[in-house]
Amino acid sequence: MHNKSVAELSRELESGKISSVELTQQFLDRLKREDGKYNSFITISNEQALAEAKAADAIRAAGKATVWTGVPFAHKDIFCTNGIRTTCGSRMLDNFVPPYDATVTENFKAVGAVCLGKTNMDEFAMGSSNESSFYGAVTNPWGLSKGEKRVPGGSSGGSAAAVAARLVPAATGTDTGGSIRQPAALCGITGLKPTYGRVSRYGMIAFASSLDQGGPMARTAEDAALMMNVMAGFDPKDSTCIDREVPDYTATLNEPLKGLKIGLPKEYFSEQLSPAMEEQVRNAVREYEKLGATVKEVSLPNAKLAIAAYYVIAPAEASANLSRFDGARYGYRCENPKDLMDMYTRTRAEGFGNEVKRRILVGSYALSAGYFDAYYLKAQKVRRLIQQDFINAFKDVDVLMSPVSPSPAFVQGEKTTDPVTMYLEDVFTIAINLAGIPAMSVPAGFVDGLPVGLQIIGDYFSEARLLNAAHQFQQVTDWHQREPQ
Amino acid sequence: MSISREDIEKVAVLARIKVDDEQVSALEKDLGNILDLVDQLSAADTDNVEPMAHPLNATQRLRPDVVTETNQREAFQAIAPATEDGLYLVPKVIE
Amino acid sequence: MQWDIVIGLEIHVQLATKTKIFSGSSTAFGAEPNTQANAVDLAMPGTLPVPNEQAFRYAVMFGLATNSEIGRRSVFERKNYFYPDLPKGYQTTQLAQPIVGPGHIDIDLSDGTTKRVRIHHAHLEEDAGKSLHDDYHGMSGIDLNRAGTPLIEVVTEPDMNSAEEAVAFAKKLHGIVTSLGICDGDMSQGSMRFDVNISLKPKGSETLGTRTETKNLNSFRFMEQAIAHEVERQMDILEDGGKIIQETRLYNGDRDESRSMRSKEEANDYRYFPCPDLLPVEIDDTFIEDARARLPELPDARRARFKEQYGLNDYDAGILSADANLAGFFEETVEHGKDAKLAANWIQGEFSARLNAEDKSVIDSPISGAQLGALVVRIADNTVSSAGAKKVFEALWSGEGDDVDAIIESNGLKQVSDTGALESMVDEVLTGMPDQVAQYQSEDDPKKRKKMLGGFMGPLMKASKGQGNPKLFNEILVRKLGG
Repeated sequence: MHNKSVAELSRELESGKISSVELTQQFLDRLKREDGKYNSFITISNEQALAEAKAADAIRAAGKATVWTGVPFAHKDIFCTNGIRTTCGSRMLDNFVPPYDATVTENFKAVGAVCLGKTNMDEFAMGSSNESSFYGAVTNPWGLSKGEKRVPGGSSGGSAAAVAARLVPAATGTDTGGSIRQPAALCGITGLKPTYGRVSRYGMIAFASSLDQGGPMARTAEDAALMMNVMAGFDPKDSTCIDREVPDYTATLNEPLKGLKIGLPKEYFSEQLSPAMEEQVRNAVREYEKLGATVKEVSLPNAKLAIAAYYVIAPAEASANLSRFDGARYGYRCENPKDLMDMYTRTRAEGFGNEVKRRILVGSYALSAGYFDAYYLKAQKVRRLIQQDFINAFKDVDVLMSPVSPSPAFVQGEKTTDPVTMYLEDVFTIAINLAGIPAMSVPAGFVDGLPVGLQIIGDYFSEARLLNAAHQFQQVTDWHQREPQ
Repeated sequence: MSISREDIEKVAVLARIKVDDEQVSALEKDLGNILDLVDQLSAADTDNVEPMAHPLNATQRLRPDVVTETNQREAFQAIAPATEDGLYLVPKVIE
Repeated sequence: MQWDIVIGLEIHVQLATKTKIFSGSSTAFGAEPNTQANAVDLAMPGTLPVPNEQAFRYAVMFGLATNSEIGRRSVFERKNYFYPDLPKGYQTTQLAQPIVGPGHIDIDLSDGTTKRVRIHHAHLEEDAGKSLHDDYHGMSGIDLNRAGTPLIEVVTEPDMNSAEEAVAFAKKLHGIVTSLGICDGDMSQGSMRFDVNISLKPKGSETLGTRTETKNLNSFRFMEQAIAHEVERQMDILEDGGKIIQETRLYNGDRDESRSMRSKEEANDYRYFPCPDLLPVEIDDTFIEDARARLPELPDARRARFKEQYGLNDYDAGILSADANLAGFFEETVEHGKDAKLAANWIQGEFSARLNAEDKSVIDSPISGAQLGALVVRIADNTVSSAGAKKVFEALWSGEGDDVDAIIESNGLKQVSDTGALESMVDEVLTGMPDQVAQYQSEDDPKKRKKMLGGFMGPLMKASKGQGNPKLFNEILVRKLGG
């Protein structure tokens, strides 16, 4: 069962061959048995999962089942789950059990899905290797057979590793600068970062509010579409969530791709990309040509500034977003604070890890008197230039295709000495968040036995088209079916 | 651009994060590297470019003035570090 | 040396919305601590703000009532600082693009002149919670019920030059916001709080001096005292050749002293930036016209109406129209008491004196307009004398009784207006005072005679046990004494 997709599991449940309680128990058993190798979960919610499964079986018996009823999945530990510890990968929230649900959490409950637990992640979603988690690094299932401990990417590294290792068929993720797409690519699974405002951010612990977006991580585009049907939609509790009709993302998966106009941004096929990686990506694009698509080169002249703009805007927003973690109302508080200042400064020094502290300090600095114009305002202007590049590109083409990451999964510890080395991991993904457009990562080959992702970038609210393009690719390739040994 | 120890200490106070001397030294290097990366921005020609705060060109929705919340103090204070008489307790606030 | 005083005000006006500015929690006053603080107000992880339409409507109404521009596009920013009463670690406020742009309010001064005070802008923001300084084992208690209550902060230009002008502005503003119904105006509960910026400059000089800011004054009286105190403090320093330090000061009204709050200013760098959880608010013509249609009568218009409708003079009309609550009280009194002039006198006299003495506002008055109106009726129809009326008023105020006629009855305050009975009392008293009668009758100066009449009133009131109608006694006396 563990090898089946969401769509397949749904059919198994529908056929009555297995109950949700049985299925959930199988997944829980396997998860507990196997996850020691990956450390992809922070919390396994055994009891709640079985209770949800039982409820799902009752709903099915009553004839009210949805596609998702009784299907197991997992949440990235950034989505608040009522009564289940939500840590955001941080010591700061090690004891935090929210008395409320994120909207995304509520949505999955509403369709009867069974949440097995909360997946590991970079602390407060800040990282590209899942090494900044308070709960320890996650190990990529790929490469383990050779005795290598490679990173799964980040920040949604736990979700990516868990899906790749067949511990869950699907998991939620969030993407602020590449945090769904890059781990999806490094773990050989399918991930989608939706248009900013498509998925509610309510109850999703904020890193950088104008960039964060929740999205699906699964093995197939079809499963990602099924997740989007649950996740997408207007939420009156999120002012930045867009009130716009949500299509059935599965309805257009089988549209033919004939005539699809693909643009290849020349800046994304640069010297940062290894020839072996480039070859895999170009092979994938050739598959699209076989499916009837046309390809042309396009330019995103300001893309090179994306990392610089991002590392002002994201830390600036984060510096304020993380001020609420002050030890006063919830979460970690230092032992015996001698005064108020001591409570604040020690709580935050002890509760946050190094990468989080670095970003808070950089963000505070960029916003401080005398630097605001040169950093924050300048970055916002560059952000507009980057957005304009994409708007211009989509005048000529339907989608853009590029690599997701410059290299495949690297070995743990390789990039932890200098934060900037790690930041460059997101060179091909970050501009998409600045523009707010949707993009996918689709398994597209291997280099040295490690998965390579193809990035498909679309115009605003074109998720259905991206999923369609990914699904059609998955009908003629089997990269997404490969299983780590 | 480099960042001075003094700036780091100042910003750490603003951000309420305790840093010791050793950490300041490490931060001097790391933040310096990050700011070098960020300094690429200065090369961009942004004359007459409107700053972009949000990806979507949307405007704010307003909520009707209707009470939708009920008292959930017990649930919220069950996860608080210190409370008494319904109040959150913190080290003495001196005005 | 002669000095010019320069004053600008920043006024926090708590808006009378039902819910908070960014959440659906109630703003009702007086609830148990933290029972009106929901996940958003507590800044629980992942929670997000959604602005209250009514707060914007009220702000726009304020703008329209103060001849101000309306910010068609306003933007919320984050003002970053740590404080236990500020759960998010930043205050969501407006800076570069506020909801209300430049405008003005005209104030009336005691010398009969009118002065225009310019409003720089008014912005929407959230209030903080409260730190309670009772000792909890050496800790402070935090109540976040108030956190997120909508405020408009009104910022004036430094257009006022005396405490009188500043207080006149504050009172006028109070009258406007209470008339609009956008604020309950209850200063004792902090519904309006004033920060006063004061500087001095040599008389006639163009250059402004260094200013100080005295924060959180919550009564007109404290405001007046604080200004006087600070002007004197600055004058002393300047005349000794010293320099004013730009700082925030805290005024203690009970001790009439102030101290620097330099600690709070320490290395403040608020790192404002647009709040990424909120989008720009666009206000269109429909919204503005809707707000305009909701504008009630404002103090200036009400003053004109009071003169017209009730025949009040300009002075009385001015006082009674300035504050919406007082104006409402007056109109209720007239509705029940008919005699507008008498109602006006009683409200400005006995009623205001008692409010002042007990530092109460109109809404805290233990007496209703209907009750005072009933008393006015009994004064006008001579049922009670003015001395008796004061006793009735006292009984109403203290809660001894709530029905005017019953109080008159039970306290024996009903005047005797039976002419026959009064005549015999007068005869009796005059018989007992032959010398005074003779003295009166030999006096030619009508003024002196009038004064001498008073000499008979005491014994007459005594004879009537205080219940004789003084007006009737007077008439009878004059008639009996001749001319």
